[in-house]
Amino acid sequence: MIKKFFDKIRPNFEAGGKWHSLHSLFEGMESFLLVPNRTSAVGVSVHDAIDSKRIMSFVVIALLPALLFGMYNVGYQHYRAAGLDGTFLELFGYGFLAVLPKIIVSYVVGLGIEFAVAQWKGEEIQEGYLVTGLLVPLIVPVSCPLWMLALAVAFSVIFVKEIFGGTGMNIFNPAIVARAFLFFSYPNQMSGENVWVSKESILGLGKDLPDTFTMATPLGTASAGHYVAPPLDDMIIGLMPGSIGETSVIAIAIGAVILLWTRIASWRTMVSVFVGGALTAALFHSLGATPLMWYEHLFLGGFCFGAVFMATDPVTSARTEQGKYIYGFLIGVVAILVRVANPGYPEGMMLAILLMNALAPLIDYCFVQRNISKRAKRAAHK
Amino acid sequence: MNKLFSKENKAVFLAPLNIDNPILVQILGICSALAVTSQLEPAIVMGLSVTVITGFSNVIISLIRKTIPNRIRIIIQLVVVAALVTIVSMLLKAFAYDVSVQLSVYVGLIITNCILMGRLEAFAMMNGPWESFLDGIGNGLGYAFILVIVGAVRELLGSGSLLGFKLIPDSLYANGYSDNGMMTMPAMALIIVGCVIWVHRSLNKEEKK
Repeated sequence: MIKKFFDKIRPNFEAGGKWHSLHSLFEGMESFLLVPNRTSAVGVSVHDAIDSKRIMSFVVIALLPALLFGMYNVGYQHYRAAGLDGTFLELFGYGFLAVLPKIIVSYVVGLGIEFAVAQWKGEEIQEGYLVTGLLVPLIVPVSCPLWMLALAVAFSVIFVKEIFGGTGMNIFNPAIVARAFLFFSYPNQMSGENVWVSKESILGLGKDLPDTFTMATPLGTASAGHYVAPPLDDMIIGLMPGSIGETSVIAIAIGAVILLWTRIASWRTMVSVFVGGALTAALFHSLGATPLMWYEHLFLGGFCFGAVFMATDPVTSARTEQGKYIYGFLIGVVAILVRVANPGYPEGMMLAILLMNALAPLIDYCFVQRNISKRAKRAAHK
Repeated sequence: MNKLFSKENKAVFLAPLNIDNPILVQILGICSALAVTSQLEPAIVMGLSVTVITGFSNVIISLIRKTIPNRIRIIIQLVVVAALVTIVSMLLKAFAYDVSVQLSVYVGLIITNCILMGRLEAFAMMNGPWESFLDGIGNGLGYAFILVIVGAVRELLGSGSLLGFKLIPDSLYANGYSDNGMMTMPAMALIIVGCVIWVHRSLNKEEKK
């Protein structure tokens, strides 16, 4: 039925049709809703049953648990801060209304730029923003103003993606860069104790909180030197203040299972991030440099979210199989190192992934060269 | 008089302002362009200082170019530039102390500015004093021009002001606007320079080919 509709309106978008200027929008929507019916016209190419749009869709599905729980947690934190009792629906509804505008803004701005660029260059629309658009709202605090979000999304799509040639060509993860842009541009709105709980009533749900209300994240308290450990079950379920999608270990674990089961994410990267983080955290804890146990370091902040959804991004991570171990391990190490050693930054996951994104090609280069020289030696022995 | 403003001389002066701009096309002098442009005022002062120094060092080197032994020419060029930089630095301290504090070491580092050495080597060693003067002033102004653009953007978005005057009204801040802290960091200057180069190249597509 959808196909018929597209077939009917197609002539309008072909060259000479009255809406020709919108043809990339049309193609984008068509291939998003349907499996593309074209095969490559030149050269030999192997087609898998699952193309990159399907991959993106699976990642979006894997993100849903974290998103839905994030919405509930936004409502939960607000109602708890306001001292109100709410039913599950009220809590979720509040969070839904608080988070939805961010998702809409992120998609409208990001996709708008992608469509404009595709139109301008005369290329097909690239679908990579599907995932980024959902990641960005999940890694910002709930009180992040929409215009800042829009600015950050525009910045990262233009300067991190399109400049390098679009989806698949970028060296940095656009979602992380969007967050880094916000973090360095507007530190007051992105970290500290003032941003983690939504303070306004929305459509009659919840109530306005005074501006002076503050709530620190567990990592924030650790960084300030008076660590307050949340109960372990809250830590795992995720009922604690933090960026929207990052708090729940369980929801992220469901996403991780989906990603690993569909083989979209590499288990090598994922496991080595956790190993690197755990070892470093255990080392620092035994030296007395951090009050957090190693598992607390892994469960708190954006560590899980970054390890599962960001570090495994196939575009920006290392591509050689052995390289993935090194890449992941160093992300874990650097993330904990930043948390513990730098009092200014309570959270290091973002910086760690950015740094390793930049180093990933180098890691790959080393392994490729090693393989080449190994094979050369083997050939010489024969 | 005609000879002084001949077509070639005009080209010598105008080329570095646009199609042969030291920052945009030759990609020289980037480091100082990143360091001093977080506000407009130091950017202007820096641009003017470099203009004066390139202009006069070009003239001096051009005047003595026939007597400089080839093997030690770089040293002699450096001595001339260093002398001029010292004079400018002292003048700044005497008449614009605040700005010279803001610029700190970057005035002294004009000595190592690639634009200067480049112009001395590539132009003043081979041309007469008047052409060299035009070339030096042109390159200095081309550099200053970009510094002013970058400085203006960074100060406006990073501090909400220009030359220290608040331009963005308080009502906007009350409505949730806030200054972009990243604009005051050098990383953003690099991106702005990149944007200016981008605009410049798309405007001058024909001349590039």
